[in-house]
Amino acid sequence: MAHDATTSSTYGLLAEFDSAQSLLSAAKQVTAAGYTKTDAFSPFPIHGLADAIGFKEHKVPKIILAGGLTGLAAGWGLEYWSQVIAYPMNIAGRPFNAWGAFIPPAFETTILFAAFSAVIGMLALNGLPQPYHPVFNAERFSLASQTKFFLVIEASDPKFNLDATRAFLAGLHPREVVPVEE
Amino acid sequence: MASTEYPQGDVRIPAPVIGPGHDYRSITDKLVALVLTKHTPISWFITTTIAFMFVMGLIVSITYLLFKGVGIWGTNIPVGWAFPIINFVWWIGIGHAGTLISAILLLFNQDWRTSINRFAEAMTLFAVACAAIFPIIHTGRPWLAAYWLFPYPNAMTLWPNFRSPLIWDVFAVLTYGSVSLVFWFTGLIPDLATFRDQATHPFLRKVYGLLAMGWRGSARHWARYENAYLILAGLSTPLVLSVHTVVSFDFASSIIPGWHATIFPPYFVAGAIYAGFAMVLTLAIPLRVVYGVKDFITMRHIENMAKVMLVTGLVVVYGYFSEAFFGWYSGSEYERFMLKNRIYYGPYHWSYWVLLLCNFIVPQLMWSKKLRNRTGIVFLVCMFINVGMWLERFVIIVTSLHRDFLPSSWEMYYPTIWDFTTLFGTIGLFITLMFVFVRILPMISIFEMRTLLPEARTVPASEGGSH
Repeated sequence: MAHDATTSSTYGLLAEFDSAQSLLSAAKQVTAAGYTKTDAFSPFPIHGLADAIGFKEHKVPKIILAGGLTGLAAGWGLEYWSQVIAYPMNIAGRPFNAWGAFIPPAFETTILFAAFSAVIGMLALNGLPQPYHPVFNAERFSLASQTKFFLVIEASDPKFNLDATRAFLAGLHPREVVPVEE
Repeated sequence: MASTEYPQGDVRIPAPVIGPGHDYRSITDKLVALVLTKHTPISWFITTTIAFMFVMGLIVSITYLLFKGVGIWGTNIPVGWAFPIINFVWWIGIGHAGTLISAILLLFNQDWRTSINRFAEAMTLFAVACAAIFPIIHTGRPWLAAYWLFPYPNAMTLWPNFRSPLIWDVFAVLTYGSVSLVFWFTGLIPDLATFRDQATHPFLRKVYGLLAMGWRGSARHWARYENAYLILAGLSTPLVLSVHTVVSFDFASSIIPGWHATIFPPYFVAGAIYAGFAMVLTLAIPLRVVYGVKDFITMRHIENMAKVMLVTGLVVVYGYFSEAFFGWYSGSEYERFMLKNRIYYGPYHWSYWVLLLCNFIVPQLMWSKKLRNRTGIVFLVCMFINVGMWLERFVIIVTSLHRDFLPSSWEMYYPTIWDFTTLFGTIGLFITLMFVFVRILPMISIFEMRTLLPEARTVPASEGGSH
């Protein structure tokens, strides 16, 4: 490879694998070896891969729950405020606070807010949109969205050492290991 | 996955959902090439041109409507609800299959949904767009719809009446449209990244890159993505059931004979799924031939959809029976008159019998495995159902309204040419949007197709890999 010298601008080492299975077992070994600043890339979701790189976060469901409850409060609040306080209208003697009739719109706003928080929350936690990322500098990384599987160990990892880490990655039977520029 | 539950060579193993001989590369290349190619099938141009001419007709019809008012339509008193609501309910119903396929079948872990969910979702969006035209234009004064429909602080300090099902409808349909859009877009993100990485033209790289938002397939991203997607499916499931329920409330909560029945919500929801699957098949059967994706949309898909259609069709027929029973059992003079008028001596009784032919008699062909495997027959049955579901709303709306409580207000309803140009215009709009969609976006979910390959299966591994 062209860039062997370790520089401050090295983002990390990127290993390429041919199969989902080899990426998954490599990810497990990398985590077992004590690396913490790692990431794995695949063209489709692989079960257990996030676990294998030590990712344990369950924020998305909480954000969705909060969004849904906000939607419920907003929908119900709008109905109560507009029908009881702002514009009370006697229609055939029905109660102003017609809670039964308020259910369908409040249900819809609950779903609406929950669904939007799911998508926006997921994107925000993922840091997307993010047009630039160092891994895109790797020549073959465009295959990560098509056919190949990648694993990166970041240079900021406390255990990172260019030569030792490279040798370690090479031992995991990748197709190749390349350094990635910042 | 269902196919792993049986021993090798077992006859119960379902037919494959993907043709043999595919790998990551071939799936990716084939599906990307449908869009990023210089060669568009000639049939695409012909169909899109014809459909676009109907869109022109729609634009002319709406312009004339705004110019003259609703008098150009056949809508009258007592038939004050006519083509606009018939078309609205018909289109909304068609939209339901998309969410059903992408959400409910996902929750039930039906892997065959994968190759049809993307364009079924697109179909949902376009059907909802066509449906939304009607409530907006049905008064002939769409600019007034703003304060009739939306709760916003206006200068008149007016607020819509939340005790009316019509306002529930606004919330249901708008929520449905918006949620379907984000659900569809979320599903597209990884495939847009594939497009970004495969496109050679710099402009296309930019456009797809912008839409992909920098997706790089990170394991952390996938974990959150799958989490969000699954919950979205869970949210869409009650949503899709609520939408046609609320639409049916427009009728069921009134006191018009023939509308005031408790069977309406489930009967409408079943009808929506029925119409939706018929439309998915109507589109899938020609698309798989024109675009050569028979190995992705296999006979198993066609057969399964035909089966869903048969079952929901029978639920709809149960609804017809139930409706008739309600009318008789109510003991109400008006309900019983409506029933007899609708079925045998009214001026529109022919429409009821054509409806039964389309929605009850013809779909029974789908009991036969042999006929389910002949795409020409399935397509023909779907055409009957498309017409039948439109007629169902015609029967419900027109036959109930044209004989009012007072014989002095009885009146016949005859649609005008403008009613038809508007209806066919929306069909043209639907087909145009659908064809533009298959030309610019992946019509089959590429990343989900990859997961169907045998090599995509991973062993959770012995070394503490359980989760």
